Amino acid sequence: MTRRGIRAAVAVPTLGVLGVVLFWGLSGLPPFGNYHGIYGFLINHRALPQRHTTNAVTATVFDYRGFDTMGEEFILFAAVTGVVLLLRKGSEESDEAESEDQEPPEDDVRSDALRLFGMLALAAGALVALWLIAYGLVTPGGGFQGGVALASAFGLLYLTVGYRPWTRRTKEAALDPLEGVGASGYVVIGLAALISGLPFLTNLLGPGKPGTLWSGGSLSFINWAVAMEVAAANLILYKEFLEEYIVPLARRGG
Amino acid sequence: MNFLAFGVAGWICLVGFYGAIVSKNLIHLALCLTVIQSSTYVLLLSIGYRKHGTAPIFKGVKLGTTAVDPVVQSLTLTDIVISVTVIALILALALDAHKKSGTIDPDQLADFHG
Repeated sequence: MTRRGIRAAVAVPTLGVLGVVLFWGLSGLPPFGNYHGIYGFLINHRALPQRHTTNAVTATVFDYRGFDTMGEEFILFAAVTGVVLLLRKGSEESDEAESEDQEPPEDDVRSDALRLFGMLALAAGALVALWLIAYGLVTPGGGFQGGVALASAFGLLYLTVGYRPWTRRTKEAALDPLEGVGASGYVVIGLAALISGLPFLTNLLGPGKPGTLWSGGSLSFINWAVAMEVAAANLILYKEFLEEYIVPLARRGG
Repeated sequence: MNFLAFGVAGWICLVGFYGAIVSKNLIHLALCLTVIQSSTYVLLLSIGYRKHGTAPIFKGVKLGTTAVDPVVQSLTLTDIVISVTVIALILALALDAHKKSGTIDPDQLADFHG
């Protein structure tokens, strides 16, 4: 019997037991659609009068559990740092010839229609992403979602134009500071409250006018900081993994 | 029907675990982890659902309208974004393991001493 076979033989009864316990626990939950969690109820009723934000989810993320989100943001930051450490080190080790003059492969897209469409889609995608971020406290959206959307829009540059224009426009020298500023911006906004003698992450700038861009006060700055962090982090990831894929391909003459 | 959403969450979790245990490939293993993780999203969102509830966004909606729970939604949305970067880290580790040992089969990696 292979190791895998043994593992499967052990897994089936174990997972059977886990499944029974799991479903027993799930059957004790309030019936679907009848949950009356008090926190959600309170936030739904109090977020608008208290924080002047019409989007209760974003208010929860950046305010009611803002400290938690800060911790999560640093999980993201640490994970991206780990990826960069692993992959950038790898590319230095494995080759001697690779230096500044190393040419990325020529894979420029030659179809004008595709390039035009790609650029239009990039512009439209970036616009939607910025809208998601800017109105994150008003309508569905927010820094996390908008940041991912923004990074994806820039990913189109590689997909529809080519690798070289992509590397020219996404420089580590620009992305790394953006990521750092985004991550530390959150802490700075929190500390600003602390320095002025209020608890950490207190909303200093007042609640603002509900339903407008100027609602939520400090929350909108936290929102933009997170968006910057998430967008830069995702672009760094795309860049590192693409490099990992493209550079060996180029060396083999592919 | 009342139990369907919870049942789906439990089922996704178990399937993910099974896949992770019998996995022959580190990339497949990483994807199984995301499957297990996704079961928590389904569970959280179905717990927070309220009958005839709207999204918890009160732009143009009267305050006090029945809405689904915003707390579980915020947990889910931040976690989806963060899980992407954590999976990227796991995949980078898999790449590194492949560079050093030439294999991504967890069983063969166990025999490899670098």
